[in-house]
Amino acid sequence: MATPTIPAPRAEYDRHKTTRSQFELFAWLFMRLSGVVLVILIFGHLFVNLWSGSGVHQLDFGFVGGKWANPFWQIWDLVMLWLAMLHGTNGMRTIISDYTEKPGTRVALQLTLYIASGIVVVLGTLVVFTFNPCPTGADPSLLASFCKA
Amino acid sequence: MAKASTGTLYRGNEGMWSWVAHRVTGVGIFFFLLVHVLDTSLVRVSPEAYNAVIGTYKTPIMAFGEIGLVAGIVFHAFNGVRIVLVDFWKGGPKNQKKMFWIVLILWALMMLAFIPRQLMHTFGG
Ligand code: HEM
Repeated sequence: MATPTIPAPRAEYDRHKTTRSQFELFAWLFMRLSGVVLVILIFGHLFVNLWSGSGVHQLDFGFVGGKWANPFWQIWDLVMLWLAMLHGTNGMRTIISDYTEKPGTRVALQLTLYIASGIVVVLGTLVVFTFNPCPTGADPSLLASFCKA
Repeated sequence: MAKASTGTLYRGNEGMWSWVAHRVTGVGIFFFLLVHVLDTSLVRVSPEAYNAVIGTYKTPIMAFGEIGLVAGIVFHAFNGVRIVLVDFWKGGPKNQKKMFWIVLILWALMMLAFIPRQLMHTFGG
């Protein structure tokens, strides 16, 4: 007599397709991926602005003008702004969910968070793209050296 | 059941304190970043406005604030890499305590380098 075959338990058995959203998985992954990229972006930012040259004391309008005249630093700062804000906002979302007990408090705080973050990201993006290092009529002594040309 | 005073597997050890410090520094950095984007945005107002506000970062009191800020960022960054290793590296969970002490040592070395540099920038020398 042929040996009877028993189908493996649970195999091919799906009561229904999973409808769970993958959002939290992506958020978790994003925290790690953005974190690793941010190490490079933020350490580079601190090295150039706070360590090199005369550190904080070199920071002025001309210094920013000099950096953002270069697309390399525009892209650097733009990516750093977006990654840090998304990473920070998602981290704050987690923390709010951890400590709020009433859904109303949670929604109110998270809504405030999203509005504040949205404003900062949009403002920062506009500033990086619309910045003019040599505004007309400005005191030339305050501008980057290439403005005198 | 473990007694609260002796700690559980997790409570009171490297795992808990690294998590607390990661959370506190994360929140601190987030609020600084909100302010920092706003102060940088003053470059769209006028050179004078930007220079006036960025000038407040150069005072001796703020120099210590910046040391605290860098301390928080460097800890969060190194401990963040530790979290990634715990989650993705095969030996991560087993070595999480060791990695926490490595984070603290690297953090201390970075601060030993940065603090004198920052004080020289601020007080001359
Ligand atoms: C320097 C590079 C950074 C690295 C490597 C890093 C890494 C991480 C990692 C791995 C987590 C854990 C996420 C989780 O538990 O799912 C985290 C959480 C967090 N990060 Fe960062 N991060 C960095 C920069 C930043 C910045 C710039 C901010 C603020 C704008 C920030 C704010 C936060 C916050 C608020 C949390 C949530 C903390 C918690 O849930 O306890 N991080 N970070």
